[in-house]
Amino acid sequence: MAEITITDRIDGLLGQWGNQPQNLLQILIRVQQSLHHIPATAIDYLARKLGCPQVQVEGLVGFYSFLHVEPRGSYDILFSDNITDRMLGGQGVAAALAERLGVALGTTRSDGRVSVGYTFCTGMGDQGPAALVNGYTMTRLTPDRIGQMVELIEGAVPVTDWPQEWFVVEDNIQRRDILLQTALPDGAAIDRVLEIGVDALLQEMDASGLRGRGGAGFGTALKWRPCREATGADRVVVCNADEGEPGTFKDRLLLQRYADRVVEGMTLCAAVIGASKGFIYLRGEYLYLLKGLEAELQRRRESGLLGRSIRGREGFDFDIEIHLGAGAYICGEESALIESLEGKRGHPRVRPPFPVTSGYMGLPTVVNNVETFMAAAMIGVQGAEWFRSRGTEESSGTKLLTISGDCARPGIYEYPYGVTVEQVLTDCGAQDVQAVQVAGAAGSCVPPSEFGRQIAFEDLATGGSFMIFNQGRDLLEMVENFAAFFVHESCGFCTPCRVGTSLMHKRLTKVVVGHATRADMERMCDIGALMRKASHCGLGQTAANCILGTMDSFPALYAERLRSTSFEPAFDLDASLQEAREITGRDDPGAHLKGGGV
Amino acid sequence: MSGQFIIDHKPVPFEPGQTIMDAAMAAGIYIPHLCHNPEFHPHASCKLCTVKINGRPASACTTQAAEGAVVESETDELMDDRRILLKMLFVEGNHVCPACEKSGRCQLQAVAYYCNMLAPEFTHFYPQRDVDASHPDMVIDFNRCILCNLCVRASRDVDGKDVFAISGRGIGSHLIISSPSGRLGDSAFDAEDKAAQVCPVGAIMLKHQGYDVPIGQRLYDQEPVSVVGDVAKYVVKKHDQ
Ligand SMILES: Cc1cc2nc3c(=O)[nH]c(=O)nc-3n(C[C@H](O)[C@H](O)[C@H](O)COP(=O)(O)O)c2cc1C
Ligand code: SF4
Ligand code: SF4
Repeated sequence: MAEITITDRIDGLLGQWGNQPQNLLQILIRVQQSLHHIPATAIDYLARKLGCPQVQVEGLVGFYSFLHVEPRGSYDILFSDNITDRMLGGQGVAAALAERLGVALGTTRSDGRVSVGYTFCTGMGDQGPAALVNGYTMTRLTPDRIGQMVELIEGAVPVTDWPQEWFVVEDNIQRRDILLQTALPDGAAIDRVLEIGVDALLQEMDASGLRGRGGAGFGTALKWRPCREATGADRVVVCNADEGEPGTFKDRLLLQRYADRVVEGMTLCAAVIGASKGFIYLRGEYLYLLKGLEAELQRRRESGLLGRSIRGREGFDFDIEIHLGAGAYICGEESALIESLEGKRGHPRVRPPFPVTSGYMGLPTVVNNVETFMAAAMIGVQGAEWFRSRGTEESSGTKLLTISGDCARPGIYEYPYGVTVEQVLTDCGAQDVQAVQVAGAAGSCVPPSEFGRQIAFEDLATGGSFMIFNQGRDLLEMVENFAAFFVHESCGFCTPCRVGTSLMHKRLTKVVVGHATRADMERMCDIGALMRKASHCGLGQTAANCILGTMDSFPALYAERLRSTSFEPAFDLDASLQEAREITGRDDPGAHLKGGGV
Repeated sequence: MSGQFIIDHKPVPFEPGQTIMDAAMAAGIYIPHLCHNPEFHPHASCKLCTVKINGRPASACTTQAAEGAVVESETDELMDDRRILLKMLFVEGNHVCPACEKSGRCQLQAVAYYCNMLAPEFTHFYPQRDVDASHPDMVIDFNRCILCNLCVRASRDVDGKDVFAISGRGIGSHLIISSPSGRLGDSAFDAEDKAAQVCPVGAIMLKHQGYDVPIGQRLYDQEPVSVVGDVAKYVVKKHDQ
């Protein structure tokens, strides 16, 4: 009976997703949502129906953190474990909830009712500690909510009937500049390109100096133009809404409050490059945004802003599909994102060819960040001059910064490029600052002596993440958090990053517990330098930044914890006796070896 | 229109469409590699072939040769890098060379000799991995798999069987087998398959033929990998026995 239900359900999903193998990931995400795991029968059935090898489906399930072959609880709770959530007490809430529910963290309770575990940053740094409950975001968790949560779970109350205020994600705009201050009437950017023509519009984009807001800062017109000129039966517009860099949460706001402008920007891009197909790749952690986005797309279809003959222009056909991610930071990297859109494991591609000539299903594809599309739409209407009225020569316009950590007013701040770290710290009410981590786990840890530096492509580039640590914090906790993040998020394709992230984390842990020596520091430098040089993509190339950077800017962090000997064995004799101690129930001094047995 | 570029001061001719690796191989210049086999589409994952092209690091197996390019390969810096990569591969799996039937014919071992890697040095991961001897003719020891993807490519692109795939992520990445039980014996794998002949290490091996040639007299015991080349060229097939 159960088998019939599973295959029936999958048949329904297959129909809904057009029986296309490239939609396999989307189908698996829905199977996980309804059955709390991907049963072997589902893997088998999907492989047969889609005509793909069984190992391909298995390999896909094995890649994405949010897909599981073992059943998760009917209530699957994942606490956001970014360093900023920890600073807000997230781990305490998680541990207390797990204890009250009688489940070990990271496991599923034996009755299958509930799983409690951790995931990395869920994009709620300004309103944490946060968690995902069956994929839906809960913010501002407090210990006093635990009792109620336990009651609801034990009482089998559906998550949809839980108090709605627990699931509120605030906009939290703290500072507005031209982007968030200026109105954009529906269809205005589309009308403009239809009126002045593609060449004139591209010139306007060129003149504006708009560069990608996703991190790399590539000129937007420099991407759109070659894509328009590339040969291909069709073209594709992809909005990168993976927003995975720890501490970044501005796309969340844009997709929640300004989706019309983001979609307008995508449609403008479609008009420029000649695309009929568009995707929004929405990180799985933002599942709560899906309904609103679907509604916005539908509203625009009904208003003639999307779909066939947009704005009545014969032949201007463009529509957008939303694809969900499933817990893989690497899928924010544009070529891994395209692989994921095609229903594959998120391994970055070998480049060239670049997506602008060969992207989704081999078609010329533009991938841009959410904020980039919104800025493009605004430039389309307001013009290059308007945009250039803010920012620096090399970094025109404004940037949304997402501020979290130790300050009085965390949230989203729109600043002209060129603003100093100092200014931002003053505005958000940060005091006694020890360091600011700019641009997320892969970014730079800025010490007070450098607070005069500017947020700009030519100085401190950032996708938005700006995490503040005051003097009371142990920065090594941050470093450890990010090192663990990269172990978890390395896609595993290439040797330097797959193995290097773990080697770095192991050595760093040695530093944290006070067992490391100078030799370990030197090894970390060698391994980190190799990762920068030989890794296949940006993830591995930047994964060592945090360790190498803090060794450089905050040497005392490490020096204080080093052992004076030059060699420390990797094998801790005393620790290896732990199992024996547990079995014998002993923990007296006689059951321990002095100095770890070294 | 053919052209020429430089590897470590030596001129290397190339045809359009050739990669640095293709052109180097054709010219008899050895660039260390493990996941590359000229019969298959390059994969660029082991990163041993990382060279500097006009000063910038890149994988030789996927970078197109270009007129006048200056390629560095056997510099101290790049050989240091290769030693680190090799140590990474050794500690990631369980490689017990003295007890391994592939010893002397193993490309990982041979490249390590070539690069003068003396000891793994990094902390071993000691992962728990299986040996699957369920197949009548072949055995697969996952302890020694270096995730080069060659069996995956061979089974997919030549055998048309898709017996293998990589699952998991990051350090948890691992090889999986397409069969109802997940075991090799229940798969469509055959000892005559191309996928049976491409493994650079002792992960996929022929059964019933152990230690035929004494260690010390084997392929890489005679000559370095830079001279004899990839082990896949020498793999003994079942019907050759
Ligand atoms: C590991 C990694 C993760 C990334 N994550 C994101 C992301 O979450 N969002 C994003 O817009 N770009 C991300 N990028 C950058 C994209 O590869 C790409 O450059 C960007 O989407 C291009 O858009 P833009 O030009 O508008 O910035 C990431 C890059 C790397 C290497
Ligand atoms: S650098 Fe890391 S994330 Fe990028 S391809 Fe290599 S293993 Fe994957
Ligand atoms: S089994 Fe051999 S050929 Fe296959 S991936 Fe592992 S090392 Fe490569």
